Amino acid sequence: MTTSKLDSNVPSGPIQQKWDQHCFDMKLVNPSNRRKFNVIVVGTGLAGSSAASSLAEQGYNVSAFCIQDSPRRAHSIAAQGGINAAKNYPNDGDSIWRLFYDTVKGGDYRSREANVYRLAQVSNNIIDQCVAQGIPFARDYGGMLANRSFGGAQVSRTFYARGQTGQQLLLGAYSGLMKEVSKGKIKLYTRCEMVELVMIDGKARGIITRNVINGKMERHLADAVILATGGYGNAYFLSTNAMASNCSAAFRAYRKGAYFANPCFTQIHPTCIPAAGDHQSKLTLMSESLRNDGRIWVPKKENDTRPVSQISEEERDYYLERIYPSFGNLVPRDVASRNAKNQCDAGRGVGPTGLSVYLDFRDAIKRDGVDTVKAKYGNLFDMYERITDENPYKVPMRIFPAIHYTMGGSWVDYNLMSTIPGLFVLGEANFSDHGANRLGASALMQGLADGYFVAPNTVPNYLASANLQEATTGHEAFGEAEDSSKKTFDKLLNINGKKTVDDFHKELGKVMWEHVGMARNEKGLKEALKAIPKIKEEFWQNVKVPGQNNNVNLELEKAGRVADFIDLAELMALDALKRKESCGGHFREECQTKENEAKRDDEKFCHVSAWEHKGEGKAPTLHKENLVYKNVKLTQRSYK
Amino acid sequence: MGGLSDKKITLNLKIWRQQDGIADGKMVDYRLNDVKTDMSFLEMLDLLNERLIREGEDPIAFDHDCREGICGACSLMINGQAHGPEAETTTCQLHVRKFKDEQTIVVGPFRAEAFGVHKDLMVDRSALDAIVMAGGFITVATGNAPDANAIAIRKENAELSMDAAQCIGCGACIASCPNAAAMLFTSAKVSQFALLPQGKIEARERVRTMVEKMDDLGFGNCTNEQECEATCPKGIKITNIARMNREFIKSLF
Repeated sequence: MTTSKLDSNVPSGPIQQKWDQHCFDMKLVNPSNRRKFNVIVVGTGLAGSSAASSLAEQGYNVSAFCIQDSPRRAHSIAAQGGINAAKNYPNDGDSIWRLFYDTVKGGDYRSREANVYRLAQVSNNIIDQCVAQGIPFARDYGGMLANRSFGGAQVSRTFYARGQTGQQLLLGAYSGLMKEVSKGKIKLYTRCEMVELVMIDGKARGIITRNVINGKMERHLADAVILATGGYGNAYFLSTNAMASNCSAAFRAYRKGAYFANPCFTQIHPTCIPAAGDHQSKLTLMSESLRNDGRIWVPKKENDTRPVSQISEEERDYYLERIYPSFGNLVPRDVASRNAKNQCDAGRGVGPTGLSVYLDFRDAIKRDGVDTVKAKYGNLFDMYERITDENPYKVPMRIFPAIHYTMGGSWVDYNLMSTIPGLFVLGEANFSDHGANRLGASALMQGLADGYFVAPNTVPNYLASANLQEATTGHEAFGEAEDSSKKTFDKLLNINGKKTVDDFHKELGKVMWEHVGMARNEKGLKEALKAIPKIKEEFWQNVKVPGQNNNVNLELEKAGRVADFIDLAELMALDALKRKESCGGHFREECQTKENEAKRDDEKFCHVSAWEHKGEGKAPTLHKENLVYKNVKLTQRSYK
Repeated sequence: MGGLSDKKITLNLKIWRQQDGIADGKMVDYRLNDVKTDMSFLEMLDLLNERLIREGEDPIAFDHDCREGICGACSLMINGQAHGPEAETTTCQLHVRKFKDEQTIVVGPFRAEAFGVHKDLMVDRSALDAIVMAGGFITVATGNAPDANAIAIRKENAELSMDAAQCIGCGACIASCPNAAAMLFTSAKVSQFALLPQGKIEARERVRTMVEKMDDLGFGNCTNEQECEATCPKGIKITNIARMNREFIKSLF
């Protein structure tokens, strides 16, 4: 066990002044010199688009890459509920300090204090920026911005644009990106997948990409590389992530030496539409904002298959309201999810599979009228009906938890730089701000904080002080990286086995959901660590990838990603096994309080687990970054 | 109200196959058994693709990503209708229960002069990005913004702006228009900003450069067919086109 390389570089001084002081202390690049620097940004979601446009506005040359046909389709677009900020417009006691405090507490004390404070600090600037971009946030009749409260918060600090906040924020960031593309400051590469990170002299200096239309590999040189490539929820096959969301960029960087932190910290979202059968290709989330007005219940009786209309009020158990009287249906995501699982495990689940609970709007409709409910949640209700063929205005929705977000990711320091100099990781792809559990409406906040306000200060500081040697794409490091990627693609095409890529992905997903899902234990995790290498072995002998590498080949793309998911899944299970405590989304059955809540072990596990790749077939090394809390007192979370 | 069921049906599919952007394409017939009615339309195509792969054939390429109706990637003409028969629904949110046992379904790519086919049902819609690039933004650099509540905006205008801003950029409006016009797409972006005080400063240049770009790219003109509004999965109204026309005329003076 070592702590080498893991200097978080958190500036000294009081937490309120760290970021401002750091901004002053960091080196600047003279405006006329900025055009001499090239920065690569991989991913065009909230973090990627905002970082690309902000750096381009300062004068740097930016190359932006996305796998979709347009940067506007990045998966940030699917976020529904809202974005937090400490504006305190509703005058209900919010402040930067409270947002900071809530986020650290919500993360179950496994995030880095200084990063979270900065996040809360810049949250207000994000809202200003977004309004200036013309994002049509909800407003009240006086023309001022409206706020709502969101899962786990006792103040109304969430800004929203109907149920499409992610879409509107992303389209805002995308418009900023396209503005800079039109000026020639950003060169945009669409339908392009990063397949390898290129390092020269131990520093990130470029990437190899594959054009998914014609299979052509390209070399791109830069002075710094930013990964904003999202999370790894699709390791479970079924998740609320988009079909193309993948871990490959971050994981290939891991293989090159970027430590991967807290891989076992995954978030299960409590309000998803339950799976209908084996054909299910992905899961759909219903915004958590539904829990503001919907009441969650199950029949008190086990295996009660009667229709809702025949179950009287006395026979219903509003279990969240009963167990958590002060937070009720608004308990944090991990708590809500585990309670749903407990009810279903006890045989009180509803629906054809018994794997769902009711989310009922009857009382809200009675209290506020159908029109008010429709105005707030209309698009979500419509979506639910399209998928399930049930009308939620008349019968309660059925919901079940699903993998939704991953708090773990590339380890980064206070500057968002990974353990590879010059490689920055932003947004969901890094590990830094949400600890073991992310609060609702905080993902959008973090993506934009990293992209608009953090990286545009810290990346120039690196560029000003890196003293990089002259290089070209003819450098042998580019040749080696390109050859090794080509070999991997050829290998996948030549196996010509019997099982499809999806067969393996589904198999992996089942192991992960079963043993590394909502609740974990030593026995299950050890089983997962036996099962995953077997899946890997068979994958490389028996996968069938049709076609060639010189045309659109979606199966080949998928195969490369699933190969990475298999390796990452093993790391997730290993990390979950080593963390013998429960915290946030990581629930070890062996570690719970009498009230079945997550029981942390602050003495042994108040640290970030950062894994170092030691080579193919070798066990990774665990490094620990100890977490020091000077401003927040560690307590057992209680939402009673 | 139906709810989930175990029902399975057989579908007769006629699907556009085209090797790449240059090759000629053709319709190919596939008979697909055991399609659960609870499947989404794309899960039905997944089922077909898994079968094709096992049989050693080339799977059908189509664009898709979020499968929640918001990313705008999916883009199929289904029996002559962009995104199929259900109103205000993207292809990914369309379900097999909307079809009958033994029904024949014709599936093709979105077509327009400015859209090329990459392969099978996968289309090049980069022209839409080019229209946005021509002026679909407010020029405000990061860090320049005043307090978010510094300017009050009428709730009604914010709502109308949001109605327009909901566009997912799928291109169904263009694929459905007999003129392959991009008026609904372009006007949605013009309207979003025209309705807000933040967008007023650049309003003249914005509408002119975006319309000019739209014309340059080979999109047609609007002749009030209203097919775009009828097919838009987000219910975007052609009143936005009227607003864009007013903005355009204002910009001439």
